[in-house]
Amino acid sequence: MWEYTDKVKEHFLNPRNVGVIEDADGVGEVGSLSCGDALTLYFKLDADGRITDAKFQTFGCASAIASSSALTEMMIGKTLEEAEKITNDDIASFLGELPKEKMHCSVMGHEALEKAIACYRGETVPKPEGNVICECFGITDRQIEATVRDHHLVAIDDVTGHLKAGGGCGKCHENIQAIIDQVQGKPMPIRSEAAPLTNLQKIRLIEETLEREIKPALHQDGGGIELVDVDGNRVMVKLRGTCAGCKASQVTLKETVEAKLRELVAKDLVVEEVRS
Amino acid sequence: MKTIYVDNNATTKVASEVVEAMLPYFTERYGNASSMHSFGGGLVVDIRRARTQVADLIGARPEEILFTSGGTESDATAIHAALQSNPDKRHIVASRVEHPAIKTLFERYQKNGYRVTFVPVDGEGRLDQAAFYDSLSDDTAIVSLMWANNETGVINPVDDLSREVRARGILFHTDAVQTVGKIPVDVSRNGVDLLSMSAHKFHGPKGIGALYIRKGTKFKPMVVGGHQEGGRRAGTENVPGIVGMGRACALAGENLGDVGTRVRQLRDTLEQALLEVVPRSMVNGGQAERLPNTTSIAFEYVEGEAILLMMNEYGICASSGSACTSGSLEPSHVLRAMGVPFTAAHGSIRYSLSHYTTREEVDFIVDKMPPIIERLRSMSPFWKQAAEAALH
Repeated sequence: MWEYTDKVKEHFLNPRNVGVIEDADGVGEVGSLSCGDALTLYFKLDADGRITDAKFQTFGCASAIASSSALTEMMIGKTLEEAEKITNDDIASFLGELPKEKMHCSVMGHEALEKAIACYRGETVPKPEGNVICECFGITDRQIEATVRDHHLVAIDDVTGHLKAGGGCGKCHENIQAIIDQVQGKPMPIRSEAAPLTNLQKIRLIEETLEREIKPALHQDGGGIELVDVDGNRVMVKLRGTCAGCKASQVTLKETVEAKLRELVAKDLVVEEVRS
Repeated sequence: MKTIYVDNNATTKVASEVVEAMLPYFTERYGNASSMHSFGGGLVVDIRRARTQVADLIGARPEEILFTSGGTESDATAIHAALQSNPDKRHIVASRVEHPAIKTLFERYQKNGYRVTFVPVDGEGRLDQAAFYDSLSDDTAIVSLMWANNETGVINPVDDLSREVRARGILFHTDAVQTVGKIPVDVSRNGVDLLSMSAHKFHGPKGIGALYIRKGTKFKPMVVGGHQEGGRRAGTENVPGIVGMGRACALAGENLGDVGTRVRQLRDTLEQALLEVVPRSMVNGGQAERLPNTTSIAFEYVEGEAILLMMNEYGICASSGSACTSGSLEPSHVLRAMGVPFTAAHGSIRYSLSHYTTREEVDFIVDKMPPIIERLRSMSPFWKQAAEAALH
């Protein structure tokens, strides 16, 4: 038995906004019968571009129905720009919590919302980039990589919970694990003194490390970092967002950025901030 | 709220007679049956009586019964013994609809270099007998076929199959966990060498089961470190469990008639009433010979977990072959092996009745189910389309 919160149960037993809007401004369809869950989302806008009504039809388990119901409640009254910012985590938090195996239900809600908004704007949601890793559910390496990074996932089960990837035949488990390891930085070669890097290799490795290891952490605090130049063992960077001008930025620079680069690229690196 | 329990293939209520029989072995008679003093050692008499009760239910001799912790251990013990005793043979045969206790075990042997054939079943869940016999070879160490399927109740003709297999000099194991106590089982009439059973499926306690080992079958213990069970399974005897299982076997023997007639009628009533009232519903394996207590009904275009949780609101307990209930994303391997389409597999509900199920309970379920399905279908984006298509 799943441990659903009272809010999930309540939204499942008394779902809000079930139905169809015949003259909807936006419609988003996701999922399929074979996947085990599917959602069609409708919304209606007023003259000011505010969502006045949202309705859904869902085939799926209790958490899929509850996630759909929650999503419609969250959308109504928002402008499209505001609604666009609703993430799957927001849907899960609205419901208190979802079991990790059921996170994909909130992801489905988020995807339907994206599609419905794109439908209204006459755009199509771009197909996910990358190569398909999980053939059962058509999930690509890029999608898995982004989800692992954004949600700090560490296990295949977590990836399956979010994206369904790996939840079918299981043949892709090795590949998913490889992506997790890559994002977590496990296979990043720790350089030994015996094999010095060429300048080009060093720059590439610094870039990769910044991208995989450092940027996600800074993004969480609303900050950012950019590589300006590498000269010998001096790594010159520019701080962005909330990091720029932050009093703690020098600490971040030394203890996070420099430490990580020394660990993963070369022991003698020194990080310097360039101010514009 | 009253509980309406129709999930007896998952587990059963322990019969009050069984609880009563067990109680003294927790309080006054808590000794260790291996002790020299009669306080403990005297318990061998009680264990012997229970062993005879178990043997009697399945037409075996007491010395052919090995007590284990349950069905899963019995399965693992049987397969371990068969493969260890026949180290030259590297091939195993099972069906595609085996219980995970066998399926997962065999997948592990497969990784360890064994060749495993999972024989297909037809749309009704019946074994493809031609493919089955074709798969047997001189290299086959053991055949393991469940006697009755836990999800659909579909029965394998084990009496005939086991005699055929035995005639070819191949060991035959059957997982009879769902069968014992529901239909007559008589190993004296067939060629079964090893048979697994579990007490909690027929109103006995959990944590106790048995493996029948036909006299003369070569055996190697899996659990070692003690002389208990004639050296075939080490570990202090679970005396209350053993006594309880014995009592449950005696009771099950008495109640087989009721299960075969009254319970069967209740099952049929439930099935027919639901099929009649709920459109686009069907019985999985309905054309095959089935256990008298089990029905697996597919309600198309709705999802099983949602159905179960709505049933839960009325205190009705059942199971589903849906993906969402198991935490996996694929619906039941049994229904998929039968070729049940996704539309139906996701919405399959298993009702399993027992000696304690009443007509009133069945009527209650028949009353509550149709609105649940209708409500979920009214939310489903596929239902209207499907219903309209059916009209044309």
